[in-house]
Amino acid sequence: MSINQHEIEHVAKLARLSLRDDEKQLFTEQMEAILAYVETLNELNTDGISPTSHAVPMENAFRPDCVTPSIGHDRALANAPDKNETYFRVPPVIE
Amino acid sequence: MELYEQTIHDLQSQLQARQVSSAEITSSFLDRIASTDPSINAFITVTKEQALADAQAADQRLATDDCTPLTGIPVALKDIFLTEGVRTTCASKMLDNFIAPYDATAWAKMKSQGAVLLGKLNQDEFAMGSSCENSAFGPTRNPWNKDHIPGGSSGGSAAAIAAQQAVATLGTDTGGSIRQPASHCGCVGLKPTYGRVSRYGVIAYASSLDQVGPMTRDVTDAALLLGAIAGHDPKDSTSVDCPVPDYTAALPQGAKGLKIGLPKEYFIAGLDPDVQQAMDQAIAVYRKLGAEFVEVSLPHTNYAVATYYLIATAEASSNLARYEGVRFGHRAKDTAGLIDLMMQSRSEGFGAEVKRRIMLGTYALSSGYYDAYYIKAQRVRTLIQQDFIEAFKSVDLLLTPVAPTPAFKIGEKTADPLQMYLSDIFTIPVNLAGICGISVPAGISSNGLPIGLQLLGRPFGEETILRAAFDFEQATDWHTRKAAL
Repeated sequence: MSINQHEIEHVAKLARLSLRDDEKQLFTEQMEAILAYVETLNELNTDGISPTSHAVPMENAFRPDCVTPSIGHDRALANAPDKNETYFRVPPVIE
Repeated sequence: MELYEQTIHDLQSQLQARQVSSAEITSSFLDRIASTDPSINAFITVTKEQALADAQAADQRLATDDCTPLTGIPVALKDIFLTEGVRTTCASKMLDNFIAPYDATAWAKMKSQGAVLLGKLNQDEFAMGSSCENSAFGPTRNPWNKDHIPGGSSGGSAAAIAAQQAVATLGTDTGGSIRQPASHCGCVGLKPTYGRVSRYGVIAYASSLDQVGPMTRDVTDAALLLGAIAGHDPKDSTSVDCPVPDYTAALPQGAKGLKIGLPKEYFIAGLDPDVQQAMDQAIAVYRKLGAEFVEVSLPHTNYAVATYYLIATAEASSNLARYEGVRFGHRAKDTAGLIDLMMQSRSEGFGAEVKRRIMLGTYALSSGYYDAYYIKAQRVRTLIQQDFIEAFKSVDLLLTPVAPTPAFKIGEKTADPLQMYLSDIFTIPVNLAGICGISVPAGISSNGLPIGLQLLGRPFGEETILRAAFDFEQATDWHTRKAAL
C-alpha cells in the first residue's frame, strides 16, 4: 500500500500537526517504507484469532465511588501557559 | 575502591555500620557527575541541592535504625518519571519547563524508603527511539566509546551506571528500552512483567506495553530495587494485585536443574560474530552450572517489529493528544485561534521521531485502515503471545541475545527509521507478550563494547530469571568490567 502527500496532509490534520513542506515529503517517503514493511503481517492468516489489547488477562478494576482529596487548583494550574484565576485561558473559541 | 564504584548492597552495609554517611556517598556521586557528564550527557537535570538535603535526612534516619536497603542510596531517574517539584521534560521541548506536580509511584516508594535523588536522565524524546539520539537536549554518549550510542530509549539511565554517576537508576521499557541500553552499556537491566510495577506518574508512550524497571551494576541490586518498586497501586488499574516476593531470597537457588530454551529464530545468520560468540560462551557457562538446554521455536518472531510499530504508534498517537498547549507544556505564540494554537504548539514542541510515530499511529487508527492495520496487529500480537506460552510449557526460561549487534555509531541509523526499528527485533516480542526479561553483561566485543545476554521468564517469573542471572554473574566477571573514562 502506498501513501501520497495528500494523505499525509489529511493524517497531519487529524493528528493536529502542522508540517513543513520538507517534513511532508520526508514523512511520505519514510511512512511508505514503513507501511510496505508492515504489509508482511498479511502473510499471516489471522481468521478466528482474537485481538490482544492487553497482555495480562484482567477484569475491570472497580473502586468505591467516594470523594478523595484531589490535586487542587494551584498545583493543577501551576504549569499552565496562560491562566485566569481558576481557569486555563485560551484564544476565543466562538467569535 | 571509590564510593561511586560500589553497589547498593556494598554501600548499605557500610551505611548501616556507620562507616560512611549518605552525605559522603552523595557528594562522591555529585563530584563524579560534574567531572564526567560534560562528555557523556547522561543527565538533563542534576538536583544537587535536593540530593544533599535528602542525604542529610537519610543520615538522620540511619541513626535511628529505621532504615531500608535504599536509605541513603543516591539514584537517578529517567526523565519520564514525574518528580514532585522537579523539572520533568521527557527529553522534549514540549515539556522544557514542566515542573511535576506529584511523584510517580515507583519514585514515591523509593523516596519513602530513603533513596536520594541525584537528578533526571536523558532519553529518547517520549521514549521513542533506540539510541538516545532523539533528545531535545542532545544525544547521550556511550561511556565505553563516546562515538557510539548508549542505546535507548533509557540511554541516560544506562550510561549513568556505566559512567559511575549513580548507584542505580530507573528506566522504562516499551520495546526494549531498558534491556537494550543495559546491554550496550554493560549494566544489568530488568523489564518486569507487565503490571508488576505501577505506571502511575510515568509519562505514557504506549500504555499496553510500557513497564518500569531497575538498571543496576549487578543482579543483587536489580533484585533489591525491583522489590522496592513492585506491587499493586490503586492509582494504576493495570497494576496486578499479587504478592511481591523477596527477590534477593531467590538468588542463591542457582541455575542447576533449570531447563533453558534457545529460540532458533533468535540465533540467525545476521547475528554479529562477537554477539554469537558471547552467546556460545554463556551457554557453556550455564551447562557447567548444571542447566539443561533445548531448542524451541517462536515462529512469529519476524512479525514482532511490524506488530509493535502499529500498536505502539497507535497508542502513542492517542496518549500524546494531551499535549495541546492549553493545560501545560509548550504553547506557540501569535496563533490564529484555538485549533491553530494546538497545531502550532504541537509542531514546535515535538521532535521529528515523535511526529513520525504520531503520524503512523493516527494513520493506523484512521477510518478505512483501522481493521487492516491496528486490529490486524492486535491479532498477530495474540499469535506472538501464544508462541511464548507454548515455549514455556517445556522450558523454565529462554536465553537470547539482547540486540543483534553491539552499540552502533552515533548518526549511523538516524536517516533510516526502519533500520533503527529493526535493531529491536529481540526485545520487542517480550513487551507484546507482557512477560519479563533481564539483560546481564556477557561479553566485550572486539572493538571494546559490552554485549548483553537476555533471559526471559514467564509472566511473574522474575525470581527464575534473577536466580539464573545471578548464578551466571557469580561464574563470570563481565559485570566487574568498567568503562575507561
